Amino acid sequence: MTPAAFLELSIYASFVMVMLSLAIAFVRLAIGPSLADRVVALDMMTVTIIAVCGVAAVATGVYALIDVALVLALVGFLATVALARFAERRDAKREEARHD
Amino acid sequence: MIDIIIGNFLLLGGFFALIAAIGLLRLPDVLTRMHASTKAGVLGSSLILVGSAVYLAEVEITARVVATILFLMLTSPIGAHMIGRAAVRHLSKTHDEAENEG
Repeated sequence: MTPAAFLELSIYASFVMVMLSLAIAFVRLAIGPSLADRVVALDMMTVTIIAVCGVAAVATGVYALIDVALVLALVGFLATVALARFAERRDAKREEARHD
Repeated sequence: MIDIIIGNFLLLGGFFALIAAIGLLRLPDVLTRMHASTKAGVLGSSLILVGSAVYLAEVEITARVVATILFLMLTSPIGAHMIGRAAVRHLSKTHDEAENEG
């Protein structure tokens, strides 16, 4: 097998693996019993989409996809923090309502 | 030669992303799921980004990839810590309730 053919094959294989992990994370997002499970699954999906951007940059040679990955890392962190704070505050509010 | 190095980076990255997703699906509670997704997931996407930096081979792209990986490794523990704090409060509360009832 020539090196170019190996690269082609590994691009396809890693696309399959990354997309499979995206689908599995989506299953967890759908069935996750608590809100924290769903936030973890969304965080995982953001990281996986960054990986998809990397593989697509190799497959197509488009430089801009690396910028997309950088921006997704920035925005995904903000989304995770906001959702985690929301989950925490919702629990605290419920507890307050129970004590009243 | 360089093609083989890039291919190995991509395959390893995809493998670790898949491991992280399987852990996310199979592990029993929130904290262990978080452990799988933050560590293995970040390692997988970092390896794939390193592979794409080697493939594109330009200084600007490499700088962006290094910035992305640094940012991921800096922020994913912070995010995991915040989710974990919310989850632990929830878990300990349900545990206390179960003890009070029992």
